[in-house]
Amino acid sequence: MADINLSINTDLAREILTGFIKSEITRVGMSRAVIGLSGGIDSALSCALAVEALGRDNVLAVRMPYRLSSQGSLDHAQLLIDQLGIPSKTIEITDMVEPLFKLEPEMSKLRKGNIMARERMIVIYDQSEVFKGLVVGTSNKTEILLGYSTLFGDSANALNPIGDLYKTQVRQLSRAMNIPAPIMDKAPSADLWEDQTDEKELGFTYEDADHLLYLLVDQRYSPQEAVEAGFDKKFVEAVTTRIRRNQFKRMLPPIAKVSNRTIGYDFLYLRDWGT
Amino acid sequence: MKLKLALAQINTKLGEVEANLSKHLEYIEKAKAQKTDLIVFPELSLTGYVLQDLVALAAHQPTEEDPIFKPLLAASKDLDIVVGFVDEDSRHRFYIASAYLSGGKVLHVHHKVYLPTYGLFDEGRFFAWGDSIRSFDTKFGRVGMLICEDFWHASPPYLLWLDGADIMLFSSASPGRGLNDKDKLESARWVERVNKAYASMFTSFVAHANRVGYEDGLHFWGGATIFDPNGEELAHGPYNEEAITYAELDLNQLRRTRSRLPLLRDERTALVQKELDRILSRG
Repeated sequence: MADINLSINTDLAREILTGFIKSEITRVGMSRAVIGLSGGIDSALSCALAVEALGRDNVLAVRMPYRLSSQGSLDHAQLLIDQLGIPSKTIEITDMVEPLFKLEPEMSKLRKGNIMARERMIVIYDQSEVFKGLVVGTSNKTEILLGYSTLFGDSANALNPIGDLYKTQVRQLSRAMNIPAPIMDKAPSADLWEDQTDEKELGFTYEDADHLLYLLVDQRYSPQEAVEAGFDKKFVEAVTTRIRRNQFKRMLPPIAKVSNRTIGYDFLYLRDWGT
Repeated sequence: MKLKLALAQINTKLGEVEANLSKHLEYIEKAKAQKTDLIVFPELSLTGYVLQDLVALAAHQPTEEDPIFKPLLAASKDLDIVVGFVDEDSRHRFYIASAYLSGGKVLHVHHKVYLPTYGLFDEGRFFAWGDSIRSFDTKFGRVGMLICEDFWHASPPYLLWLDGADIMLFSSASPGRGLNDKDKLESARWVERVNKAYASMFTSFVAHANRVGYEDGLHFWGGATIFDPNGEELAHGPYNEEAITYAELDLNQLRRTRSRLPLLRDERTALVQKELDRILSRG
């Protein structure tokens, strides 16, 4: 197996990512952030970075449980809220999503999971308006590449400080930022249904996925070279297929070009235009 | 002879030339108060970096009549100034450019000759390619200017050296990349390594001004450096924050170093030309 070192200088990462949050929020005339806190490690890290960037009074943590969400998720989010000393709100989504579930009693877990993720998006964007803060994203590079997210749900945000860090790097930076141990130690889960874990659903571990993704994406290995480096052929195929099939989640929807100047093709400006 | 040099690593507003001009004038005032002879600003310091469709709107011409260059030229009566901007030629081609201003005049304009158009870069889509690499005379001796990707290639610094430059002024808007377990980004380590190497190999002064700040997800790392003709670091600016880094260049060091190490004297340019002719005529 190829020798793969994903470790990062956490001081440098912290400096760059907090600078990013501060710059991208203050340059549009704002000073605050809103984060949906799931009780998992990704949102905990985004939240800790936002607090370091903006100050603890300027970050609102929102817990959005469903009636079947685990108590652990709520408790762990509270641990972080207490540790950081930040304002928080708990808005239960049960009464918002169940009327829709009831329309179709046979609704699949996947559909229910997507509905919950999108309901949370509605709630967090509403709180963004109330708190006058931008929604800070919590998706890491591993799940963005694998497409392990709900389009327009948990993937929706105004800026994402951790989207270029693999899951194992999120863990490393979280350790350096003293994220509470129960959050660090538990199995990653979208918590959309009982006993769901990411790794069970994906069929492989994040550590294996990160090593392979690092070779395929960062080091530009071909799938064949990744197999030669010691990865199982079926695993490589599963991951490369996921990356390709989920490209649509990583971009804005294509616009059919008919004019001479079309948004997305030849109308090109950064978001930071004029700031 | 001594030269007090200032490297201004500033943040910029994307496409807001007037706001960026104000910051330039502010930094020039600060440097003037420190009795600076020459201040160098980063690549595209008057415009910001990822301009895309803002290029034409941000373009200016380095003349007395230009509202942006007029105050800069006036300020250059007190100290020499290098600024980064979008230069529009008379036939409306747009270049990434650096202008050397001195005594109210434009001494030299360099157009970036290597436009990175790969990976995260898309310069070749929006800009015209410069087509000359020239050293020029200043009151501090002969100087050469290059912009970012220009010095990722070995030939532009080499040509400046042969054209008489003893002081090389490099400017960048270098997006940070390559975070690993080292204490610096890969991009910062690479740039510092080659700057030190050029100073050593060309027994010349090599100064580098790089911007700071963010444009969308891109992060510019700063870290200005100045190396002397022995390849020793004279000054090193901070990373990731606005700063002016000062250094006093003892220009007599050129003589002392080259007396010890006559690499310039021994450079066999005719041999280089002969071999280049052979290599290039082969195809």
